[in-house]
Amino acid sequence: MSIVIYGGTVVDPANELEGPRDLLIEDGVIRAVAPPGSLLGVGESRIDASGLIVAPGLIDMHVHLREPGYEYKETVLTGTQAAVAGGFTAVACMANTNPVNDNGAVTRYILERARAANLARVLPVGALSKGLKGEELAEIGEMVAEGIVAVSDDGCPVMDGNLMRRALEYCSMFHLPVSVHEEDVHLAGGGVMNEGPTALRLGLKGIPNAAEEVMVARDIALARLTGGRLHIAHVSTKEAVALIRQAKAEGLAVTAEVTPHHFTLTESAVEGYNTNAKMAPPLRRAADVEAVKDGLRDGTIDAIATDHAPHHRDEKEVEFDRAAYGVVGLETALPLALRLVEEGLLSLSAVLRKLTVNPARILGLPYGTLSPGAPADVVIFDPHRRWQVEARRLRSKSKNTPFDGWDFTGKVIWTLVGGRVVYAERKEEMGR
Amino acid sequence: MFHRRHFLGIEGLSRDELLFLLSMAESFREISERAVKKVPTLRGKTVINLFYEPSTRTRTSFEIAAKRLSADTVNITAAASSVTKGETLLDTARNLIAMRPAVLVIRHPSSGAPHLLARLVDCPVINAGDGTHEHPTQALLDMMTIRACKGEIAGLTVAIVGDLLHSRVARSNLLALTALGARVRLVGPPTLLPPEFRLWGVEMYTDLRSGLSGVDVVMALRLQRERQARNFLPSVEEYARHFCITPDVLAEAKEDVLIMHPGPMNRGIEIDSQVADGPYSVILDQVTNGVAVRMALLYLLATQEREQAEARSALAQELPMRRHAEALP
Repeated sequence: MSIVIYGGTVVDPANELEGPRDLLIEDGVIRAVAPPGSLLGVGESRIDASGLIVAPGLIDMHVHLREPGYEYKETVLTGTQAAVAGGFTAVACMANTNPVNDNGAVTRYILERARAANLARVLPVGALSKGLKGEELAEIGEMVAEGIVAVSDDGCPVMDGNLMRRALEYCSMFHLPVSVHEEDVHLAGGGVMNEGPTALRLGLKGIPNAAEEVMVARDIALARLTGGRLHIAHVSTKEAVALIRQAKAEGLAVTAEVTPHHFTLTESAVEGYNTNAKMAPPLRRAADVEAVKDGLRDGTIDAIATDHAPHHRDEKEVEFDRAAYGVVGLETALPLALRLVEEGLLSLSAVLRKLTVNPARILGLPYGTLSPGAPADVVIFDPHRRWQVEARRLRSKSKNTPFDGWDFTGKVIWTLVGGRVVYAERKEEMGR
Repeated sequence: MFHRRHFLGIEGLSRDELLFLLSMAESFREISERAVKKVPTLRGKTVINLFYEPSTRTRTSFEIAAKRLSADTVNITAAASSVTKGETLLDTARNLIAMRPAVLVIRHPSSGAPHLLARLVDCPVINAGDGTHEHPTQALLDMMTIRACKGEIAGLTVAIVGDLLHSRVARSNLLALTALGARVRLVGPPTLLPPEFRLWGVEMYTDLRSGLSGVDVVMALRLQRERQARNFLPSVEEYARHFCITPDVLAEAKEDVLIMHPGPMNRGIEIDSQVADGPYSVILDQVTNGVAVRMALLYLLATQEREQAEARSALAQELPMRRHAEALP
């Protein structure tokens, strides 16, 4: 089985390549990246990518697929349908399922569901502590044997500094990154949005920037102490960006991600008690948005990850302080990231780097590149196509997006995983 | 002059809207002074009081206001804690609205709960207090009380003392006071007085004596005893030592100072009994005015658009005080 993708502009940040190229895929791997027109008459199947960008499939290192346990919000199938529609060919799913992914059996179950769905690659993240309780280390080695790519108690900040120290030490044996949700739960104190004038005016309990800052500072100190690989999830504050910048300058093994909503929206999105603007960490102020953008620009922040957090309508159409935290993100991430290119903050290649090879390297995976021999995970998108987001038309089982009705530029046309078309904008193109 | 479908907060109301509501309320006050305290204005209409928090004063005030306008009233007291197990707020409200009330009055421990209903159900909603956000009818009755005693609100200096962080009364009052041209001082311990309040254009004091110096009005806020458990305060007693309005500290204020409290009072904690019961206290006038304010709002929201003209003429006949009839829309 061979496919030629011709006529497009290939952007492959891992190889510093950006230019007109044709792509030959054979047996699920990239066989050749060739000058335009040089693959005439080759390929059992041909995709015309004229006017389109051809890039490595996007990798989202932070999603919640909700299976097992919360299938009413999302399943591995619906989550990966959303992923491939958004151009993602691999997603790392967090452990806060029910039961928690804190043992090999749950990891194996998730991977079985992924095989059955047969769309995007699913990369399970194992729990750091048993039951996400923050007390005892989970059986990480057992989960490594089944295929976890990182450990994290995402959603449940690890308040015990000694547990975090041991996790960083222990995971170094497996070369696993420890992904951390940085929020001091005492300082956050049940807060539901960013602390500041807006929270005060709306009468909502605020979460100060310091709740994130103190935890980032602690974990950087522990990365220094242990030499472990620390990955800071969904950075939201200017103080955290500064600390990470300093840690990197020092040469520590610290990496970081930011979500599209944290670099796009401010706390003002909460106005009117909009529960689709409620997430943890909360949307912050304009100065924080500028700081995370600065971090993206200068490389302090390595990756863009969605923190795709599906919740049922009944968990969002409630009083603000009772609403679930989180928003879906897989189908809106690419156009939001492309806004950074339009603003002139980052080149197209730099944005795609943070969505492909950087997360792949953090997770130690061979994806995120179009190098010959690499798995043929490819996204083909139209960088100029304008479209409007309609929450009800999202493929995710949940529709909790703060971007309903937004006008976007940039749309995914084809997504290939292992050389197989798993998403095509026009249905008749499926099954190539 | 007031064409809103809902009454959710003081925020966003113009000075003219506030003055209109106050003059409406003043015109309704007379009904409660009559021997027969009833007009037929809202006959055949139903007002539902949906209270998710315990309340004596506000719930009774809304009920009396509705009854004096001849509306039928239904009071529902729900425990918000059962929401997670049982029916959602939205479902409860949709079921109530299906029975066609004219107005839904809601008090709820979650900030923004009335806004949720206003957005998703088809019925005028009055906010009777939402979480730590607003208590707009309280602010109106407080403005009415100050106006009755002082004439104008513009130019007055008003000190609001206590737990500003968690007080919906304080938020609504400072919005109303500043909109009407008063100078507002907030007085309380730093744990309960976040610096962001400065953006409202208020002065902030942590020293009660200097905070009360030369003020025209003092509003004491109720101190919730559970604040101690969350480390906002070492103890209620220590709070009282620093922030209780006593006759001694009140000597700092103007000679004709007004003392206000939204109730229920913790005597000896935020306010000394001698002050609460003293000659400057208008605490019971506040309660009396509350009925008039709520009558005005129920009238405005229950008789929307087409019906309003009809009800207006009926009401004008009912009100013998012609000078107030001019203030009607």
